[in-house]
Amino acid sequence: MSKKSFRQAINEALRQEMRRDPTVVLMGEDVAGGQGGSSGVKDAWGGVLGVTKGLLTEFGESRVLDTPISEASYIGAAAGAAATGLRPVAELMFVDFVGCCLDQIMNQAAKFRYMFGGKARTPLVIRAMYGAGFNAAAQHSQALYPLFTHIPGLKVVVPSSPYEAKGLLIEAIRDDDPVIFLENKVMYDDEEEVPDEAYTIPFGEANLTREGNDVTIVAIGRMVGMANEAADRLAKQGISCTVLDPRTTFPLDEQTILECVEDTGRLVIVDESSPRCNMACDISALVAEQAFGALKAPIRRVVPPHTPVPFSTPLEKLYMPNADKIELRSNPS
Amino acid sequence: MQISQETLLRSYRAMRTIRVFEERLHREFATGEIPGFVHLYCGEEASAVGVCANLTEQDTIASTHRGHGHCIAKGVDVGGMMAEIYGRKSGVCRGKGGSMHIADLSKGMLGANGIVGGGPPLICGAALSHKVLKDNGVAVAFYGDGASNEGTTLESLNLATVWQLPAVFVVEDNGYGEATGASYACAGNQKDRAAGFGMPYMECNGSDFFAVHDAARDAIDHARSGKGPVMLHVHLERWYGHFEGDSMSYRASNEVADAKKNRDCLESFRKRVEQDKLLELSALDEIDAAVADEVESAVQAAKQAPWPEEADLLADVYVKI
Amino acid sequence: MTHALTALTMPKFGLAMTEGKLASWTVSVGDTVREGDEVADIETSKITSGYESPASGVLRKQVAQAGETLPVGALLGVVADAEASDAEIEAFIASFKADTEEEGGEDADAASAEPRLVTAGEYTLNVRDAGRRDGVPLLLIHGFGGDLTNWMLNQDVLARHHRVITFDLPGHGASSKDVGDGSVTILAEAVSELLKALNVPRAHIMGHSLGGAIALALLRDYPDTVASLTLIAPAGLGREVNAQGLHDMVEADRTRDMQNALQALVYDKSLVGRKMADNVLKVRRLDGARDALRAIEAACFGNGQQSFDLRPVLDAARIPVTLFWGEEDEILPVTGAKNTPDFVVKHLLPQVGHMPQLEKTAELNRLVEAFLEKSQVAA
Repeated sequence: MSKKSFRQAINEALRQEMRRDPTVVLMGEDVAGGQGGSSGVKDAWGGVLGVTKGLLTEFGESRVLDTPISEASYIGAAAGAAATGLRPVAELMFVDFVGCCLDQIMNQAAKFRYMFGGKARTPLVIRAMYGAGFNAAAQHSQALYPLFTHIPGLKVVVPSSPYEAKGLLIEAIRDDDPVIFLENKVMYDDEEEVPDEAYTIPFGEANLTREGNDVTIVAIGRMVGMANEAADRLAKQGISCTVLDPRTTFPLDEQTILECVEDTGRLVIVDESSPRCNMACDISALVAEQAFGALKAPIRRVVPPHTPVPFSTPLEKLYMPNADKIELRSNPS
Repeated sequence: MQISQETLLRSYRAMRTIRVFEERLHREFATGEIPGFVHLYCGEEASAVGVCANLTEQDTIASTHRGHGHCIAKGVDVGGMMAEIYGRKSGVCRGKGGSMHIADLSKGMLGANGIVGGGPPLICGAALSHKVLKDNGVAVAFYGDGASNEGTTLESLNLATVWQLPAVFVVEDNGYGEATGASYACAGNQKDRAAGFGMPYMECNGSDFFAVHDAARDAIDHARSGKGPVMLHVHLERWYGHFEGDSMSYRASNEVADAKKNRDCLESFRKRVEQDKLLELSALDEIDAAVADEVESAVQAAKQAPWPEEADLLADVYVKI
Repeated sequence: MTHALTALTMPKFGLAMTEGKLASWTVSVGDTVREGDEVADIETSKITSGYESPASGVLRKQVAQAGETLPVGALLGVVADAEASDAEIEAFIASFKADTEEEGGEDADAASAEPRLVTAGEYTLNVRDAGRRDGVPLLLIHGFGGDLTNWMLNQDVLARHHRVITFDLPGHGASSKDVGDGSVTILAEAVSELLKALNVPRAHIMGHSLGGAIALALLRDYPDTVASLTLIAPAGLGREVNAQGLHDMVEADRTRDMQNALQALVYDKSLVGRKMADNVLKVRRLDGARDALRAIEAACFGNGQQSFDLRPVLDAARIPVTLFWGEEDEILPVTGAKNTPDFVVKHLLPQVGHMPQLEKTAELNRLVEAFLEKSQVAA
């Protein structure tokens, strides 16, 4: 056990699974980063933000594959390889690029098993960065997990910390279904204690980072940290909050969400994805349908406005949920 | 190189099966008993069979929405296919895929595909599996002249070359993407497209089994030997519409009749084996009779097979939730 | 004249604790307390437990109020002689606060001991070694499916007067996962390897549950290493065992299921919260952890009962032995404490389940201290 960053935790998960299982291969734009360059350094980048650094050196070019910038072909190749005996981990770099390869995910990988009458396994992981807060503007900042969550056949993981990232990524790699694994790019340097050994965290079980009596705050990915901060501040005002991290948006731990709402009677949902048809809507519908009687107050959502993610720093700050907004919306008074 | 008698008999049977299967579907579809879309492969049989005659069961193919021929050529069970097309629980995909999604991974058949250009990227992946797992396998993408204009296909030609994959890209050029002619929709030509990626290119007459077989053998041998991907351009004609119910008003009135009369791959096969004394025609007649029986039983069995049940609706979305 | 003034500070229960909530004072200002008396209830995210006064005297001041959350080491109150003046007390509080600010509030002695990996024969064991360095050390062996944090309420308290070593058994916690045939004999061998690796020729051994059986096997196989035995609800003294309960503790993979499984360990079910279940799951989910436990389960409780009998070892023991057992134990029934030899000092605890070290911390710590003192004299 030692302190590891979100980036290190993900790198370690990949490394340990590649050591354990020779069918695990990585592919993506610049996952090695440097093939064909004039310096001759083939792993110059190790991923655009250094997450896959060092893996080429250990596992070689047959298992760490730089791709041309052509998402449709290599995401499709990852799907085809998964259906034929490999366990590919394909990196889509920014999840916004899914526009270039949605067919391969939505119509191919996600549907093989059902269309083929249960006779296919597609153990595919697609890693991608998501989230605003990096001045990366409208085409590099979206939080598109609701898009994937909408598609039957996909599992969608949004880890909230380094410990969570490692265990959930190893689980994703060992899982026999296609998994979308979304990493908030602002969190790569976040640190916490992470076991050195390989471990898994099962999908579909929420994690309660705080337990309280007055309000349930459901938060996703990076929002969990902000919700914890808001809950700590509210505790000083005598308001005790449960903070629930669903970990996976599909499968979704509906039972724990409902139990927490039954216990507290109040629900706040923090979701940094665009507000129409996002997880906040989905979870609101769940609770309205199945725990309406337990609610002491209307459900509140802390979500960005229905705009593209703006570039300029003050605008982006206005756009994003934060601890202040969560605190304000979570205070019952 | 001489093709063995066994291969010839098997290939003739596969072509005849495709022909009878598709013509029967044409008639049955008209009765209204077959749900959904059906795209027939009649006229193109020599392409699927000529290519697949050079593949083993562990080699992988990906097909198109016009996929019945590729399935039969790769050895997918005919009865199971028919039941699938009828939407029955006994179908190869338990009635959940239908005509456009017939697949059988145990036969190396990675699926027909409802998305034009869906197959080539998948085949890059299958070829990567063969390469990484070092099983000496080859992966073959069948796609049409229409799909040759999809970005996915062009990206795949590039990726397969960059990664030096054991892949063969078979362009089944029947001259039409749906109702639009290739002469309108395909800029330049397939040969120059292959050349643009530095990829070897071969072409052949798709109504001649022997021509397809030999070209495919060279292409597949090249890919299998680790020299990288190949494009095989097969010129052929489809005898029915894009889908069943298509009146084909975009085609000249004698186009199909001329193809049937002059470029029927089964007729040319019979002539060739008779002329070169490769097989007895009586053996082919026996196959014709056996295939007629097989397809007839497949249709009867499919019509009587049970429908999927309510529990099947929720099954097999995931391996495990 | 100066008087003895003792700071009551926020205790550290377990390794991860950085702060705790003073749930309530259980004594009032002016009450006389003895060393070891519970004076407050401390609540952490994992557990609520009594806080024992480290000294005898009068509770003179409650610096912290019920409901306050404070960092480990923060001043809660002051115990002093009745004669000490209020001015002395105030000066003490002021200087304590100044000191802790300088030191960053961390307790520098036992509580700060960090676990480390020790190579012991074929095993890599996670070991936490706390307390003074002289005298015969006390080695604590946790039970099946547990780890060294099972002793979080005992180790640092006992370490005030002894060197106290806790560790994760093979297959448990952060230790290596190979457990061989999973038998008590193999695990006892691992313990003897650990003692060798730590250059401890002889130790007082305290074992809980399966750890109690391992302690007995250690006495059987390596008699010279054992100075005294403290057995807490030990296995090996009867056939009966709640094998299904143990199985559930191995296989549960959801917080709620694990919480339910762990509740079989204690009499007061509210002691087992979600966080405790989450922490156990974190260890279970390490690669190889469940397989190791399954191997031990098969070897030790394979067909629904205990597969070994260590009663002859206890009967033949020629060292001081004490035995604790909760009367409401749902894992190993208290009947195991029947018919033990007369020299065994027995403590049967009413309204206590399988975890006396957690459920009756103060009493157990005090009785163990006393037992060790006598054993030292006897030795």
